[in-house]
Amino acid sequence: MTNDVRRHEDPKPTAAALRRPDAGAHAAGAGKSSRHRSRPPVERSARHRLVVGWLFVLPALAFFGAFVIYPLITAVRYSFYRWNGIGASVWVGVDNYVRVFTDPELLISIVNALVLILFFTVIPVASGLALATLIRTMPPGPFATIARTVLFLPQIIPLVAAGIAWSWMYAQTGTINTILDSVGLGFLAQSWLAGFGTALPAVGLIGSWVLTGLCTILLLTGIGKIDTSLYEAARLDGAGWWREFVTVTLPGLRQEIAVLVTITVIAALSSFDIIYTTTKGGPGTSTLVPGISIFRLAFTQSEVGLASAFGIVLLALVLLAVLPIQLLARDRD
Amino acid sequence: MVVNKTEAIIGRVVLVVVLLLTLLPLAGMLSGALQPADRIPDGFSWPSDPQWGNFAVAFRTAHVWKLLGSSTLIVLGVVPLSLLLSTLAGYALGNLRMRGGKYVFALLLLGLTIPFEAIIIPIYYEISALGLLNTQWAVVLPLIGLYMPFSVVWMRAHFVGVPTELSEAARIDGAGIFQEIRRIQIPLAMPALSALAILLFLWTWNQFLLPLVLVDDPDKRTMAGALGAFQGQYLNQLPLLFAGALIIMLPTIVIYVIFQRQFIKALLQGAVKG
Repeated sequence: MTNDVRRHEDPKPTAAALRRPDAGAHAAGAGKSSRHRSRPPVERSARHRLVVGWLFVLPALAFFGAFVIYPLITAVRYSFYRWNGIGASVWVGVDNYVRVFTDPELLISIVNALVLILFFTVIPVASGLALATLIRTMPPGPFATIARTVLFLPQIIPLVAAGIAWSWMYAQTGTINTILDSVGLGFLAQSWLAGFGTALPAVGLIGSWVLTGLCTILLLTGIGKIDTSLYEAARLDGAGWWREFVTVTLPGLRQEIAVLVTITVIAALSSFDIIYTTTKGGPGTSTLVPGISIFRLAFTQSEVGLASAFGIVLLALVLLAVLPIQLLARDRD
Repeated sequence: MVVNKTEAIIGRVVLVVVLLLTLLPLAGMLSGALQPADRIPDGFSWPSDPQWGNFAVAFRTAHVWKLLGSSTLIVLGVVPLSLLLSTLAGYALGNLRMRGGKYVFALLLLGLTIPFEAIIIPIYYEISALGLLNTQWAVVLPLIGLYMPFSVVWMRAHFVGVPTELSEAARIDGAGIFQEIRRIQIPLAMPALSALAILLFLWTWNQFLLPLVLVDDPDKRTMAGALGAFQGQYLNQLPLLFAGALIIMLPTIVIYVIFQRQFIKALLQGAVKG
């Protein structure tokens, strides 16, 4: 909040040179409107733009400040205290941050989140690339429309519903085991979300399920923008599908891939809904992720300071992952 | 165009497999929902005696009418105000481009990356101090703020693309700034605004973390938030949980199928601009 006030006072109205001069000064006569009694503002002075501009930005900034910036500052403040949420708080310096990186249970949730990147980013983008390449020549028609509609469906339903649907897929008597049974692989059947070794890949694959359609369609749109003569040339040069993919498709999709990597990495690091509805972090700590740890620490274990510190670490992780991708994508353009 | 026949065929086959995999969890849930409610459902098959009545029971016990009301209320609280405020701010940052605006823009870009989990704790205490816990306001107010970076960045991107000559022409004709916005800018911004409305609707409707933390009473949550509460409630009646989940997904799926072109366009643009 304090931030807002400062920001709002900081730009001083100056008699800066007009940026857009002579916007039809001769037309001033035409601006005589009987409805509009005030002097027709043919040119917007810098001062006018300054005042109106800030007035227009202010309401949006007020909400942003009240529910993002102020909580963020408060979270940083909390993170330096030991506080159970009700009683007195004790200043502990950076102790909470030290605990985030030394407590094995908290550290493991960071590691798990990094493993999830494999399932939320690598698998969806890779299979999206493969699928988009394979179907790029598909003519539009009813089948293409249905395919697009279905591929996008996981983006529409709430992640909570996806979690519930998938816990049934993975259940002891659930869909996957039924299918395994029917093809004679019944001996593989198990409770996938309850196994220490299988739980993390299992929840990871839910992320792959949610994100593959988005990746495919976005990459398909990207391929559509690549000049088809490049493909013709590659084929005429006798390039195989792999060479064609590496020399034409991949470079043409750089922008799309950067975008997808950014959003899917954020989704992986800050995953919560899917894990909460399937495993709640278990069995043991095998699917614990930062979101779940923060939720538990703050709202069931009353470790508000530690939870806040973990939140700040999570934000730092996201920035650390996203900024290089953004810089890389900008740089090459 | 040189098209490789085998490649096209492989493409179709793989696509069909992927489509089936996409639908499988939902089909599994439907198969589960139709089994007798008092038993642990068994296997993935079309039940010999489908219990369609489960949907009626789930509809009643989950208070779906109340939930629809609550979710609609939350959406109506979030979306129109977000559209209005982000249009004004986007116009200021994209068209007026006043001094200092670029700092606001940079701050909002930073805001785009903040995971909700990182600030949910202070939001909880803030809402608690405002005395709004366990009301729909507890979800509405923070969501407007949390979606603001995206909304403003989105609308700014639109206004940057509108030639400023239009504003000048409007002023020459004697239009004040509000007239210009209402008569000229809003009609031009309709595609951007409706896409943003679709995204905000979807994100609000499906929002889970905020209602989970800030609203105890499932009847006052969003649809997705209430679904989280049923999960604990129907632990021994999984078919009812699945039926409830399907009912809760239905409104968005129906709206999606009707407006699917707009939805897909909005989500793709949303991904690129976000």
